[in-house]
Formats: sequence, structure tokens, C-alpha cells
Amino acid sequence: MKVLAAMSGGVDSAVAAARAVDAGHDVVGVHLALSRMPGTLRTGSRGCCTIEDSRDAHIVAGMLDIPYYVWDFSERFKEDVVDDFIAEYANGRTPNPCMRCNERIKFAALLDRALALGFDAVATGHYAEIRRADDGTTELHRGVDLNKDQSYVLGVLTPEQLEHCLFPIGASASKADVRAEAEQRGFPVANKPDSYDICFIPDGDTKAWLTDKIPMRPGLIEDESGDVLGDHDGATTYTVGQRKGLGIERPAADGQPRYVLGVDAARNTVTVGPREALAVDEMEGIRTSWAGPAPSDMGATEDSGIDCEVQIRAHADPVPARVWLGELRTDAPAAEADPLGPVVPRPRPAGQVLRVLVKEPLQGVAPGQTMVVYRGSRVLGQATIDRARSRARA
Amino acid sequence: MRAYFDFAATSPLDEEVLAAYTRELRAVGNPSSLHAEGQSARMRMESARARIAAAVGAEPAEVVLTSGGTEADNLALKGIHAARNAGGAHRPRLLVSTIEHHAILEPAEHLESHGVDVVWLPVDRQGRVDLEALRAAIDEDPESVSLISVMLANNEIGTVQPIEEIVALAHPHGVPVHTDAVQALGQIPLDFAALGVDAMSLSAHKVAGPVGVGALVLSRGISPVPILHGGGQERSVRSGTLDVAGATAFATAAEIAASHVTDGTVSRTADLRDRLADGIREQIPDAILTGAGLEGDDSRPGDDDRPGDDDRSGDEDPRPSRLPANLHVVFPGCEGDSLLFLLDVAGFATSTGSACQAGVSRPSHVLMACGFDEDQARSTQRFSLGPDTTREQVDALLRALPEIVDRSRRAGMVSASPRWADSGGAQ
Repeated sequence: MKVLAAMSGGVDSAVAAARAVDAGHDVVGVHLALSRMPGTLRTGSRGCCTIEDSRDAHIVAGMLDIPYYVWDFSERFKEDVVDDFIAEYANGRTPNPCMRCNERIKFAALLDRALALGFDAVATGHYAEIRRADDGTTELHRGVDLNKDQSYVLGVLTPEQLEHCLFPIGASASKADVRAEAEQRGFPVANKPDSYDICFIPDGDTKAWLTDKIPMRPGLIEDESGDVLGDHDGATTYTVGQRKGLGIERPAADGQPRYVLGVDAARNTVTVGPREALAVDEMEGIRTSWAGPAPSDMGATEDSGIDCEVQIRAHADPVPARVWLGELRTDAPAAEADPLGPVVPRPRPAGQVLRVLVKEPLQGVAPGQTMVVYRGSRVLGQATIDRARSRARA
Repeated sequence: MRAYFDFAATSPLDEEVLAAYTRELRAVGNPSSLHAEGQSARMRMESARARIAAAVGAEPAEVVLTSGGTEADNLALKGIHAARNAGGAHRPRLLVSTIEHHAILEPAEHLESHGVDVVWLPVDRQGRVDLEALRAAIDEDPESVSLISVMLANNEIGTVQPIEEIVALAHPHGVPVHTDAVQALGQIPLDFAALGVDAMSLSAHKVAGPVGVGALVLSRGISPVPILHGGGQERSVRSGTLDVAGATAFATAAEIAASHVTDGTVSRTADLRDRLADGIREQIPDAILTGAGLEGDDSRPGDDDRPGDDDRSGDEDPRPSRLPANLHVVFPGCEGDSLLFLLDVAGFATSTGSACQAGVSRPSHVLMACGFDEDQARSTQRFSLGPDTTREQVDALLRALPEIVDRSRRAGMVSASPRWADSGGAQ
């Protein structure tokens, strides 16, 4: 096969490329330039966008004796990932930019271009496994190293995309194995630190980064019944589950700490309440996609739903859940634009709604987060959380 | 089989140059030493300097050897601007064209960030500096202009600038002119005295010499403030132990380059370039040939550029309007990166025209300055030919191009609307 190996300059994608070469594929290395100004986005080697990373990837490609190119996706990255990240926050939601990058850049813009240029597949250093059934269908599974498992951020991939993906390390290697293999292959990146943070936020301080981008407007902090408890400098910098920095002078009647329960960007208000009010078990997802055929046994009522597991963060534990299909949403009215608002409110996207009832309450679920639906190790699909509530308290 | 179409980036070292270079590398002696070895090295150094000077129509004393074109450009811009502002003079304005090489753009922006009033001179669709804008900028306050820097020939689109006319506008006001002639050497007749400029940058590796050698040709009347201080070599303008081997190699390369302009080598290269241009016009009708001097772009009415009567040394017009070895093309709808990749795997070494340090292609600032839009400015490919280019290579490239352009068009532009726009979810 003609394989395009996406090489970030890190150890995982280096070993993935090497394994693709070993497997006999005709491999070309490509580094994605995601910043308009390489070298200024990140100064260290932890990100995905530096000259140092590009050079590291180039060195590994040279050792593998494969052609190597740098492709500029900075414009697309800015529009589809960075601007989307800002707009989501400005609308009071908590997005996952890595997921968005996988959905729109790595396995969309890059994959599309690769296929058009004559490649058969894109290989990356993700810790996840693709199983190909005899009938040609693909299944996405967790990587064997559950500590590094990245199936969550790949949950957004569709069967058509998975068909052209290779994850050469996910099915058989732990992070330690990958580092040892890189060492043994003599790759200079063998001991390069892992990247954890959001690559386009240099110091990892999301809140400070956002204050530059979203105009701050003072507003009210309310409790669940609508009583005003204080004020804030800008609702969109608050996140669900936040306890510190609320700046409320009047203590709660029961003396217990208060937590952010919700952010209403349109009204520019923050709702707070006691810890137990953070627990939710009913969630409504939008922008639903399936990583394989949609589960055929899933109905459109709670009773006809399927029993599976749901994971709401990259490193959260999956929880048992009942999942069923909601309505097919066609109209998507946006909230009325507030002329003083931070950004134009985003319409609720049309598409298949997914309904979830988790069997153990979850804490701190914020709209915008992705819920990935698993059955055992297999990823069934995902949806973006639009609403979450507690059935008992409702 | 590989075919190299990127001579403008760097050129293969000439065998004769290599022999001169290695012979000199073995010799001992610092030209600044006073013993016999030193004196011998000094003789060889001055011989090399004289040969470089002769190859570009300058006096030996006017040639200041540097580490390359970038250093020469930096020395010219920073050094002459500083010298023109020494001793109480106040000349805050520096006039620079918008299509300069990064070795001029970046020092200019550096100076700008330190308070210098950089006036960016616009260019027309073909990349020629707007002389009326230049005249207006000078007339605004001639006394306040420290220097004008306009490249002799552009590295991306190959347009040759009317330097003599620029000099004619500047000199009556006592304003010096610098020109970056790195791409021009070996392609068009180069005569420092006839051009009339005060400073001119050169580089060896673009003309089959080694990387790491260049020169700033400086008229006697001008003395830049050094950017490298030290032992006071090179008229105290450029300190550093003299590189006799580099100078000797450059001298050999410059002589060969100058001879190529008159011995038919360059006109043969121009013929091949025209063959390539004609083939592209014929096979890819929507391709836009950029720069001056080629049919098929929207040259101004009355433009005197017609194919066939320019780009030829020895004809009645010794100054072609574009570099004879340069062809720069916009392939609408094709990402430059995609074209480069497909050409490379097919065996053709080309360039998108502009790339940053990380190797990323950027929308070309030169094309943007010429009035092309950003999509066009990222849909480019530069083919730069050299003395080694063969007709077979050109024909092979022409055979491969239609399929490559078609394929890269299908791969689309990064900036094009994504297919999932407004999608509600599963695709």
C-alpha cells in the first residue's frame, strides 16, 4: 500500500512510521504545519507545531529513508480547530480541540488530500486498534495500553475514514514498548516528553488565552432558583464544576461550597449550586456519528435502547449506560443574537440526537464535551453533549 | 532518473570550481600574516578579488567578500542606513520594494521595529517597481531618504527591475541605491559600473560555486557601518579571516557565469524555458505564467515585452525583462505543496517559490504584492533551469505535468470550503 505517515516529530508517530515501513508499505512522511508562525506558537518541544518538531520528524524520515514533506494546514487548523474552540467557549460550551483536529484535519483534510494524491491510507501514532472483519467492515477498539488509549479522541471517525487509517502501534504496544523500540531504532526522539496540553495554547493556561479572544462582559451569578448571588467579569471563562474563584461574598445557607452548574452565554449568567447538583445522569448528544454501522439493535425509546458504556473525557472511566436514538433534528434555530454578546450565537446543529442514561451519576458534565459510546473495547460512536441533567432532580 | 529544476535555490558545484576550491583549501597562509606564506595568500586573495570584480564590471577595491548573499544584503541595508545617519545626519526613511528576498525584507522589518521609517515600494502585476511611486516617495523629502534597495531580478517570478531608471531618480538627490543581484549573476549581463548602483549583493552558490561565499560590491564613495566588528579586514567593513579558498572558488564560478551570458549557454537555457512555457500554455490552458516578458499573462497594453524578442543576450536589447532561466506558474486550484510532492515523486525537483524555515510553503508575498489573491499565491510552482538542463528533461516534465496538475487539482486547496461545512453530524 501507499501510506502517508503523519509525523508530528514525537516518538509515537516515529515508531508508527517505522512499523509501516517494516510492514512493506510504500511510505511517505508528512509533517503538518498547524501554526501560521512556526516557532512562535510553542517554544518547547511539547507541541505539534515547532521548527524543532519538524526537524525531528525530518531526521526520523531520513533514518527510515522515506521521502518527507511539510504541508501547511495552518489556515484550515485555525478555522476548524482554533476558531471553533473560541466560538464554543464563547457559547458557553467546553470543546475538545484534539477531537476536532482528528475530525477535520488529520482524518479529513489530510486524508482527503492523501487519497486524491494517490495514497491508500494515512498512518498515525495513535494508541487505538482498527480491526478489519472479513466482510470488509472496520471496528475501532481501545489500544492495548489502557493508560495511553486514545480511542476516545478517535471516536469521531466514520467507517469511511477508518477504512483508510493505520494505527501501527495501538494494537500491540505500550508507551514503554514504543520508547524502547525508538531507542533500539536509534531515533533521537526516543526520550522526547509526551505532549498533554492543547498544542496552540503555549503555556497551557486556557483561561488566560481565552480572555484575549472573547470580549469579557460583566454579568450575574445566580443560584438554581434565579436568585442573584454576585457578579462576574465574563461568563464564558467559567466551566461547569468549577469551585474556586467564584468571588461570591454571601455564603450558602448550609455553609457548603458552591460549584458552577452551568454557563448561559446568551444571558451572560453563571449558575451555581451545591456539589450534589453537579451530578447528572441524563444526557442529550448532537452531531452523532458512528465508527461502524449504526448499532442495529438500538431503538428510539429508552426501553429499546442498548446497554453499553459511555466515556465523557479522554481520561475518564467509562460508565455503564443505556443509549437510544432521539429525534432527527432538522431545524436549528440560533439564539437571538445579542448585539453586545461575545460572538454570534451558534445554531444548534441539525442531525441525529442521541439520548443517554448513565447508571452512575457523572460529575461536572459540560455542554460541548464529547461522549464516546463503547461496547467493551469497541468504539460504537460519539455525540457532542448538548444538555445534561439529573433525572432525580428534574 | 532525477531532473533538477531548482537552480535558483542552489546549483551543482562546477568541477573546475571544485578543483580550484580544493587546491586553495590545501594551501596554508593567512592573507593578513606578514611572512612569505601570508604574502602568497594575500596575492591569491587579491587575484580572486580582481577576477570577481572583472566578472561583474567593478573595480577590485569595490569588492567586499562576505559569507553570502544574506550577509551582503544585511550589511548593505543596516550598514548603509547607519552610515547615512552618522554624524548628526537625520535620514529616517528607507525605501524598499515589496518583492525583495527575505534577506532584505527581514533586515528592513528589523530596522522598522527599531524606528526606521521603511517605505514599501509597490510593484505592478508583472512585479516591476512602480517608478512613479518611487519618484513620489523621494520627492516627498529627498533629504530624509537613507537608501533605496530594489533587487535586480526577483528570485521567485524572475522579473528584472529597471535599476538604471531607479538610479536616475535617486542620484540627483544624492540618495544611494543598493541592488540584490544574487539571482541575476550568470543570467543577465551584469556591469556594476553601468548599472550605476552604489552597492550590489552577490552569492557564489547560485552560480555553481560553494555555499558560504558572497560579496557586497561597494562603490568607493560609500562606507557602511560594519555589522561584524573585528580585525578590520575588507576595508574595515567586514571583519573576519579572509577566505582565500572561497574567494578563489567564487572567482572561478563568477567568470564561468559571466561567460555563460555571452557564449550562448544562457540563450540555450532561455530556449528551453520557452519550450517549457509553450508546453504548459498548450497543455494547461488556465495556467498563469507570472512575471514579465512572457506572453499569456495580462501585460499592460503597449507593453514592449513580446516573446521571442527579449530574454536574449546579444540581441539589440541587452537587458531582458525577466531571468532567462526562470519560469513561475500559477496552477489555479492546485495547492503548491501537492504539486511539489507529485513532481518530486515523479523525479522532478521544483519549488513552490517561497518556504519558511520549517519547510512550510506560504502564500508567496511576491505574488500577493503583484496583486494575485491568496489562493493563487499558494498555487504556484517555480521551475528554474540551468546550464545542465536538457531538452529531454523539459519534455519529460511536460509529459508528466498534465496528470500531476489534474491530480493535485482533485486534491484541492487547503483553503477551500470543507466538505463537512454545516454538517450536523455523521457524514
